[in-house]
This record gives sequence, structure tokens and C-alpha cells, in this order.
Amino acid sequence: MKSDYIATIGLEVHVQLKTKSKMFCGCAIEYGAEPNTHVCPTCLGLPGALPVMNLEALRMTALTGLIFQCDVAPICKFDRKNYYYPDMPKNYQISQYDLPICQNGEVPLHDLAYPKDAQKSIKNADKRVRLIRIHLEEDVAKNFHFETTSGIDFNRAGTPLMEIVSQPDIESPEEAFAYLTSLKQALIYADVSDADMEKGQLRCDCNVSVRPSHQTEYGVKIELKNLNSISGVRRALAFEIDRQISALERGEKLSQETRRWDDDRGETFLMRTKESAHDYRYFPDPDLLPVKTEVFMPAVRARLPELPWFKRERFVREYGISSYDAGVLTDDLELSRYFEAAAKGAKRPKAVANYVLNDLLSALAAAGKSVEECPIEPQHLAELTGLIEDGKINSKQGKEVFAEMFASGEAPEEIVEAKGLKQESDIDAIKLLCQQTIEANPKSVEDYRAGKGAAINFLKGQVMKASKGKANPNLVGETLEKLLSGV
Amino acid sequence: MSATKFDVRYIAELARIKLEPAEIATFESQLGHVLEHVEKLNQLDVSEVEPTAHSFPIYNIFREDQIRPSLEREAALANAPRQAQGLFIVTKVVE
Ligand SMILES: [Zn+2]
Repeated sequence: MKSDYIATIGLEVHVQLKTKSKMFCGCAIEYGAEPNTHVCPTCLGLPGALPVMNLEALRMTALTGLIFQCDVAPICKFDRKNYYYPDMPKNYQISQYDLPICQNGEVPLHDLAYPKDAQKSIKNADKRVRLIRIHLEEDVAKNFHFETTSGIDFNRAGTPLMEIVSQPDIESPEEAFAYLTSLKQALIYADVSDADMEKGQLRCDCNVSVRPSHQTEYGVKIELKNLNSISGVRRALAFEIDRQISALERGEKLSQETRRWDDDRGETFLMRTKESAHDYRYFPDPDLLPVKTEVFMPAVRARLPELPWFKRERFVREYGISSYDAGVLTDDLELSRYFEAAAKGAKRPKAVANYVLNDLLSALAAAGKSVEECPIEPQHLAELTGLIEDGKINSKQGKEVFAEMFASGEAPEEIVEAKGLKQESDIDAIKLLCQQTIEANPKSVEDYRAGKGAAINFLKGQVMKASKGKANPNLVGETLEKLLSGV
Repeated sequence: MSATKFDVRYIAELARIKLEPAEIATFESQLGHVLEHVEKLNQLDVSEVEPTAHSFPIYNIFREDQIRPSLEREAALANAPRQAQGLFIVTKVVE
């Protein structure tokens, strides 16, 4: 982005809550079910059907509000948002207008929430993006477009949908990426949504404008739709900001419009202009009574999770690992649970962290497995690091045992036993190997005695080789030094 | 006649209703009268009255998050003028 322009971005994020049943009826929520198999008069919008609120959806929305330090309203209500489109046959969507469940609040952007290539150049460290509101509404049906007709599946219609609206506090595509990553992480930690963008469980609309940096009033706001991944949001914003700046530089006037992002072509296209904007004529839904949130707030407060950013600080404190490592471990809820289960029983949690971050993650990636499918019990990983720590096996043997553990799921002790991998810590045996090596390598001995300290590493390598990697390397080092200095 | 102008054309457009010019004139006058009645409420002093979101003083009618049986698909689609592959078929729509 050119430095003499400022971009202003606000995001509207829709999140499907992971309740078992829909918002206003008892139909099951199931992704990928046969079309129109989870429908009833209420979610089909048939005349006379009456909605009844799903209490759990209200609790989950209030919980999300607490996570982001929103004000949870003492009283909220539902309104009808009127529009005509076949995905909503009763011609209105039940939503919240002037009394949403949550208002205000903020989403913190942490360093590791930024895209990897942008983590070194974060402009505003520890930035917080303010929220305007979080409200609850019903999702609409899914449309399939054919050549001359459209087909409608109502399975999704009526799924509780939480809309999180940010202030236009976001200044770059990278910040938008970090905002969505932080949001998603917290929603998963709170267990209110799986927040999978590919499954449409998290959907995002962006409002973006640019203005010359000397100008105080905002530029013309343009809305972006069809953003299907967090990195897609970043790409779409980068394209759109460039497009708007180029247009302004050519002296063109931008007009308020909605544009569609085409991820394959990497461009945005005009969908509609302001002229066809909607007038939703909101009014209170007389079928639904207002909600006093105080009755369920104590239960909601009890469900507040330890948030990823606090867990990260605690990992640093309790397990003595670096903030970066703790950040990667807490990035994923399951991974953080796995690490903690292993670290709790370990002598040196730092060694467990290293094994998880280096060996385990790459083994999982290579096997195409998730953390939940990890074949190694967390306790076994702790035992493995203990064996290395105690000098029973060396770190090279550790890798071998690890590979075997990953393949078979067996405990490390059993593998060490079965493979005869026990590290040689018998001082006499090591001494003998060292003496033989010294005799066989007079040149290196001479170098060492002449002051070339590094020569001992060669000798050490020879001893390890002679022991077939089984010797305790620390013991070998000590013994060689003693022998060479003639002690 | 009503002092409050009621924009019948705009409301008709929002409601997707096609009106003849004569009808527009009729409704403009009739709905204008309705608005006039409603506006009388503005003359009342309601500073002492608590705002209400609903005409009944009842709150918190909830259901627990439990799954209940849905309709059979055949029944759900029974009244659809057109259907195919389990979907309701409508005139092609574009966003
Ligand atoms: Zn239903």
C-alpha cells in the first residue's frame, strides 16, 4: 500500500453457532445432509408457524460477548428484517436491530495471529480492534443456481447465526487477517463454533475505503463479498485497496458499491451500486418476547474459557518456554491441550515443547493427521524426554524411538528395550572405547595437545561411531578430556 | 386532507405490489389518515412511561437446545410448485 494513502476497513463476521438444534425450531443442524431433510414449518417459513428461542444460542452469544469484553445488554429483543429473496420465504429474517445482546468490546491482535510473512513487520503491536456489536439472527437457506432456475435447500435456514461487527479500526489486509485469526481462535476456545470458513461456519464481509493521508473524512465505502478464507480476505483487501488508490490517482470518483471477490482471478467485480441498496424496514417481531439476560448470565460466566492469549502467558510462566513457542502451542486448542498433558508429567517441559513443535508437528503433517488423531500418548512423549534427560538414551536414539512411537503407538521404554537401544553409560566400557580411539588417531591427539580444542569433537565422533551411537555423549566427552589431559 | 404525506409508491415498491395511479391516490389518502391517527400519540406525555418492546409484560420464553423430529422430505416438498433433486425449484435468482 502506498504510504500517502490510508485504508479504513471494517468487518462484519457471521458465525454459525454449534448448537444441536436450530435457533427457533427443533430441527437438527447437520452440515452436508441431504437437502431439505432437516426442515419443519417454522424454518420453512410456513404461515402460522411460531418461533421459540433456543436458550443455548443466547448463552453462546453472551459468552462470546464476555470473551471480547462487550457490554451484555440487560434486555434484548428480536426484530424482523424485511426483504424479498427465496432463501427466506417468510420475507423477513429474524434478527436484532436496536437492542442486540452485546455492544462495544474489542478483539486483541497478537503477533502470531498475523500472516507468517508479516510477523516481523507489525505496524501496531498489541493493537485492539473495537467492536460495535454482536447480535443473534437466523441463517437463511442455501441457493443452488442452475442454467434457468435456482434450487433451495432449507437445511441451513434457521441455524443460529451470530453477527460480529467491528469498528472501522483495521488499517491493512494483514490486520484484517490477524483480526479474523484471533476471532476464530477465541470462538473455538469458547466452544461456541467450529468457525471453519470453508464450511461457511464463519463468513466475512468487508467494508473498505481509502483516502489520501492528509484528508480527514473517510473515503467512499466499498463492500466486498464472497470471501471464503482468511487468506482470501487478505488478498481481496490488498487488491481492492490498490484498485481504489489507482482509481483516485487517475482522478476517478469512486462510488458506493458492493463488489464480489473472485479468488481464482484475484480480482473484485462490481455486483451492485448504492441505488439498489436495501431498506429493511425493521420492526419488533411480535412472535418473540424480549429477553432479560440476567437469568442465564451466571451460567455463562461459569463457562468463560482460559483464552489463548492468557494461556500463552501461563505456559511461559509455568513451563519456562519462550513466548513464541507458547504462542504456537496455544494457537491450536487441541495442540495446547496435548502439550499440557505431556508437560505436566515431564521433568523438563521445555524438552517436551521442543519435541511437540519440531518432531510431532512435522510427523503429524507428513501423516496428514490432526492433533486429535496423534498416535503418541502425551504421557509417552513426556517419558521419552525423561529417558533422554536421564541419559538412558541419547538424543539421536530419541529420534529413532520417537519415529517408532509414532508408527506403533507403543511406550518408549518398550521400544528402547525391544531395540536394545539403551545408552551405554558404563564408565569402564566407555573408557575402553576412548582409549582405543586415542591410540588409533595420533594426529588428532597431537592437534588437541597443540591447542586445537576442536580436535576433540572428531575423537568424540569416532567413539560414538564405535559404540554404534549408544554411548552417552556427555560421558564420552568427559572421559576423553580426562584421558587427553593425562589426569 | 392529511397533513402527512404517505409515500405510497415507495412502500408499494418495497412490498413488490403494482398499483394503478388511481389506487395510489386512494391509498395515499387512506394511509395518510392512519398516519395522522398514529401521530396523535406524539402529543402524549410519555416521559413517565417505561419503554416496552412488546405489548405483553412477559420475558424469557425459551426452549432448551434439543432436537425434535423434522418433516419427511416428501411432506416438506409436497406443496412446492416445482421440485428437483430434493430442492425447491424457483425462478432463477441472482444476487
Ligand atoms: Zn425447523
